[in-house]
Amino acid sequence: MADVTFTVDGRKLTAPAGTLLIEACRAHGIEIPAFCYYPGLSLQAACRMCVVRLEKVPKLQTACTTPVAEGMVVTTESPEIAQARKATIELLLGNHPLDCPVCDAGGECELQDMTFRYGAHESKFVEIKQHREEQQWSPVVFFDRPRCILCYRCVRVCGEGMDVWALGIQNRGAGSVIAPNKQDHLECEECGMCIDICPVGALTSGPYRYKTRPWEMSHVGTVCAHCGDGCKTTLGVRRANDGMEIVRGDNRDKSGINGDFLCIKGRYGFDFANREDRLTQPLIRQENGEFKAVSWFEAIEYAGKRLREIRDAKGGASIGVIGSNRTTNEEAYLLQKFARTVLGTNNVDHHRTADYPAFAAALNGKKEASLRDFNAAKAILLLGNDPTEQHPGLAWQIRTSVRLHGARLYAANHELIKLRRQATSFLHIREGDYAALIGYLAGDDKALESNGVARAFREAIRKEESLLIVFGAEFRGREIEALTKFGASLSNVKFACLGDYANSRGAADMGLYPDLLPGYVPVSAAVQLGEEYGALPARAGLDLVQMFDTAERGELAALYVVAANPVSRYGIDPASLRNTFVIAQDMFMTETARLANVILPAANLYEKSGTVTNTFGDLQLVKKAADRGGVRTDFELIVRLATAMGADVKKLVPFGKQGVRADFGQARGAQSGEADRHGVWLAAHHLEPKLSPFDPFAIFDEIQRLVPAYDVPRLDLLAGNDQHLHSGLVQIANAGARRDLVLPSNDTLFSSGTLGRYSRTLGSVMEARKPAETAAD
Amino acid sequence: MSTQPAFPNTIFSPALAARFDRLVTLYPVKRSAMVPMLLYAQDEVGYLSEAVIGEVAARLGVSELDVRNVISYYSLLRTKPVGKYHVQVCTNISCMLRGGNELLEHCRRKLNVENKGVTPDGVFSLEEVECIGACSWAPAVQVNYDFHENLTPSSMDKVLAEYRAKAQNGAK
Repeated sequence: MADVTFTVDGRKLTAPAGTLLIEACRAHGIEIPAFCYYPGLSLQAACRMCVVRLEKVPKLQTACTTPVAEGMVVTTESPEIAQARKATIELLLGNHPLDCPVCDAGGECELQDMTFRYGAHESKFVEIKQHREEQQWSPVVFFDRPRCILCYRCVRVCGEGMDVWALGIQNRGAGSVIAPNKQDHLECEECGMCIDICPVGALTSGPYRYKTRPWEMSHVGTVCAHCGDGCKTTLGVRRANDGMEIVRGDNRDKSGINGDFLCIKGRYGFDFANREDRLTQPLIRQENGEFKAVSWFEAIEYAGKRLREIRDAKGGASIGVIGSNRTTNEEAYLLQKFARTVLGTNNVDHHRTADYPAFAAALNGKKEASLRDFNAAKAILLLGNDPTEQHPGLAWQIRTSVRLHGARLYAANHELIKLRRQATSFLHIREGDYAALIGYLAGDDKALESNGVARAFREAIRKEESLLIVFGAEFRGREIEALTKFGASLSNVKFACLGDYANSRGAADMGLYPDLLPGYVPVSAAVQLGEEYGALPARAGLDLVQMFDTAERGELAALYVVAANPVSRYGIDPASLRNTFVIAQDMFMTETARLANVILPAANLYEKSGTVTNTFGDLQLVKKAADRGGVRTDFELIVRLATAMGADVKKLVPFGKQGVRADFGQARGAQSGEADRHGVWLAAHHLEPKLSPFDPFAIFDEIQRLVPAYDVPRLDLLAGNDQHLHSGLVQIANAGARRDLVLPSNDTLFSSGTLGRYSRTLGSVMEARKPAETAAD
Repeated sequence: MSTQPAFPNTIFSPALAARFDRLVTLYPVKRSAMVPMLLYAQDEVGYLSEAVIGEVAARLGVSELDVRNVISYYSLLRTKPVGKYHVQVCTNISCMLRGGNELLEHCRRKLNVENKGVTPDGVFSLEEVECIGACSWAPAVQVNYDFHENLTPSSMDKVLAEYRAKAQNGAK
């Protein structure tokens, strides 16, 4: 819309016509206080805090409901306005318990801040305050009625934002009270958005209440360890006897790709880190089958020695390595490099939750959608998957986009997924019909039973001027190829492939595959990556299933499992590993760790630094928040294991002044001959060599150097901004002929693979106990 | 047109169920039918029971919470049973000036129930209400849907006696 010019406090401002005065002022750095107003939610105008003086209007007006107009003259601060706001606060405090010293919100309470600012420290009221006992609505949501100032933010965010509508308002006037949907308790998605958005301490979080004061915590913004959306979560950590414990997860800085959103996992699912039954001492299995706690030195020397013996005696091909969906990119990269260059094997794999290699091949220059793209999308085509359960961050973005920007959602699914409520058009298809659907969309009328709904669905999609196509694990190999081919026939299309875990995408990008190196370079073309991988066996190694088959036959001499639980996930018979030397690196005594010969206690994603990539190819910085005595990062453990095996760590992790010297590949010119490739790259990027082999950024340097898609601006990344990968730079041949080993985890909002089992809060909510259709492993 | 009821297992009488089937089609948004539906349901059932709330929510495609939000907003919608004759005494300004409070106090003693209470035999219930729009004939009392005006404690006794007699005859 056209811009209008108006005056606020003597300043001439410009904003698009129709902008709300409160927003226009905020955009220009003029803060107008408000309790009930919240950007993106419907207007309530209930709190009267945002009153301003408009010239020629007899009474004070609410800035949150007044659109700016040409020539408008506004005063936002004056003795009159301050008095009005002070009176409002005085009324709000009339029945407010003023239990700030014990209130969870004390110190970060908007009512407290406003009282401080407007000085409503005296009250004319002498009436006795009406007290009501606090109520527990669910294991994670508590309600203290007297603290509530009736701003209705919680009701709106639950309904409009989450499309859950679990909170309502009962009674009226001063007797109004926020009410949960099941009379005395809540049945909802337990996301905790209502708590986050509450300006006071009326809604408080079960796991956090009365634990600490906000100013006693350090707040670290990092990336959630659970699903593949990569939401930013801010962890409040505090000193504990054995390190730094996580006390709270929330979304206090809303700068992440998730905007205002966090689900139950991001907000409460951190508690696995604080569990008492975490492994904190290295264990070695003795002759009698019992585990014995040993020193780190002993455990690593022992594991390294055995691995070296096995490699030297039986060859690298007798060793298997299984990586993780939840370690950082640096760790995933280092693990496969360790396997390939130190152990000398291509037997590397991980639990695959989406067919990323096929996606990378199919993209081939086409555009990949960032999670941020969904916020401003005009049209979205959602094929398969149930984002509400499996990608709650994406579901939030889609709902927001539909609600605020009028985006059109086209969804096709074999289940009646909840997002169909936001869909312009929903197509209910049979489970096996996804490939046929693509054929139908591409113009083959016979592919799908053609009816009016399907035809209208197809017509509408074809008319869209731009489209985000997002698909679940129902699509693999050739179906992804067909889908991207169809997409390319439309205009302005971007694609997104949905995988399950925090760094499933990174594990794939970093080459935790038996046949693919980092950046999806086939092992047969290892020389493309230069000296670092040059001398690899050109044959693909064993995939995860083959590794266990080989172990069953007694031919897998050693297995190194990092932060994964394949024994449970793939239902492996424990006896099949009886002749295999197993090293398990994990937080807990999982089904896999129980079968290990050596267990190395590892740190989790909240206890390390590095980067992760979400399923949309958004690269984000992971910051170390918590700490636990007795554990080490997977990165450090891999480096130490390599050292114990006698490997040259400098070749594994480029650190120090002396890098890798190798031919640049040019026969002539300035870059011919031997040179320190890493050193040259660092200099060209204005970076210095890292000084420690335990510095994950030493490996990140190498990733950025060798994997073109990851060559994103370092400064932006370090500043905590998500960086979208250059996915189009990946160029590999069609991978449709590869064996399909994708095993979607089908997690719900309340499960998160093996990790989720160790979160008490996730298991404590009533909704988690509903019989699941698919068992989480 | 099909006359198949939308809710085969309805808790309402066939006539009311049919009325509701039609009512939800009359508004651009289904939930607009909520308040009339609740009033009709209350007349038939006596109050808005859990079963009523459940069926109204289902008929409108809203959550039970939404229905409760509306019920709790309006004082004329109730979720507890009242007596066969619900005596509503107005104490707003006109009635107050002409003895509404005394009338209420009289009823309280006479029926031996507190405000919003029900007599043990279930015949009467008493409620103090806001203006019922009969100011010209204050003080006024509404019993179910019938108005009784220009009342005094003694004429109130007569009104109550009439209803008690009616209840006894009806019981025979």
